[in-house]
Amino acid sequence: MKALLRFEDVALRRGGRLLFEGLSFHLGPGERLQVTGPNGSGKSSLIRLAAGLLRAERGRVDRSPLAVADDGVALDREQPLGRALQFWNASPERAMDALGLAQLALVPVRLLSSGQLKRATLARVAASGAPLWLLDEPLNALDSDGAKKLGFLVEHHLESGGAILAASHQRLGGEWRNVELRP
Amino acid sequence: MIGALILRDARRAFTGAAWLPIAFFLLVATLVPFAVGPDAQLLGRIGAGALWIAALTAALLPIERLIEPDRADGVLDQLLLHGVADETIAVAKIAAHWLTFGPLLFVAAFPAAALLHIDGHALARLLLSIWIGTPGLAALAVAVAALTAGLPRAGSIAGLLLLPIAVPLLIFAAAFCAEGSNQAMALEAAISILLLAGGPFVGGAAIRAART
Repeated sequence: MKALLRFEDVALRRGGRLLFEGLSFHLGPGERLQVTGPNGSGKSSLIRLAAGLLRAERGRVDRSPLAVADDGVALDREQPLGRALQFWNASPERAMDALGLAQLALVPVRLLSSGQLKRATLARVAASGAPLWLLDEPLNALDSDGAKKLGFLVEHHLESGGAILAASHQRLGGEWRNVELRP
Repeated sequence: MIGALILRDARRAFTGAAWLPIAFFLLVATLVPFAVGPDAQLLGRIGAGALWIAALTAALLPIERLIEPDRADGVLDQLLLHGVADETIAVAKIAAHWLTFGPLLFVAAFPAAALLHIDGHALARLLLSIWIGTPGLAALAVAVAALTAGLPRAGSIAGLLLLPIAVPLLIFAAAFCAEGSNQAMALEAAISILLLAGGPFVGGAAIRAART
């Protein structure tokens, strides 16, 4: 079985500080992995490294096509939500439905609440069609309904052969393998 | 994707910020007669140079909105994840910035020239120098915007970076406007092309370096 994401003996240094070293894991189709650890332990950096936005100091990272949801909303604030999402994917409607955003399609992004923005970034990932999802603190700002909808999306993505790497200090719904980072 | 990016940036600029540098340019053009007096001959002689100074300072105004908002909002990261190279992003930014700066400046040059009693051949030379110079100026502005993205007080630092590098452009543009010599025009064009060729690489490298 081909891994969608593979870390081999990876070390990451940021700002002169070694965040982690000797990190190895792989993520195959249908698998999910949660990165845990206290604030500042490098969870978000690990996500950015997995995405290819940071470079590893040592070791090797192999990745398949992926989509990232992190703090960057990356949606045009003046545009209606539907149009803003279309900049990244031609047809985001199903993903918007799945996250309960359908009725917000015509609302400008700048008027959305932080929870709605979080749903929008998750919708961007869900609409991408990428097999590998990287989610940085996916539950931040989400209400219980949003968390439930995200849970459905996660299950569906895994069933269709995708994989998910999530970084969170909170408990995520479902059974997750775990990698713990120490400060 | 690059076409969509150019369209998006141009649309964002035209719905607001693109008009500020032009208003500023016209304002400076209005100030010159107040400062040196209404003597038409004198104004005609220094007018084109004054307008080029106005254009350079106006080019500083949009710098903080060229790259930084997209960096802070994660757009640059997402573009990379969608397979767009950082240099390509810089090219798109330069194209979009020129579209919302060059043609507007060109049009604004007509009333500005009228205020300074620039007409006939001198006006034609001024307009030509704007066509030749603004693409290079746009490339320089995007490169400087990328270099200063994320820094505190980026606007002031950008001015210190951009204006000295723009000096050769100013010298030859003003010389061409004053004397109409073809050498000055050729040198202005050469500098503009140099800036256009280098801008995407400097901008792309700076975008990459800012990704921490």
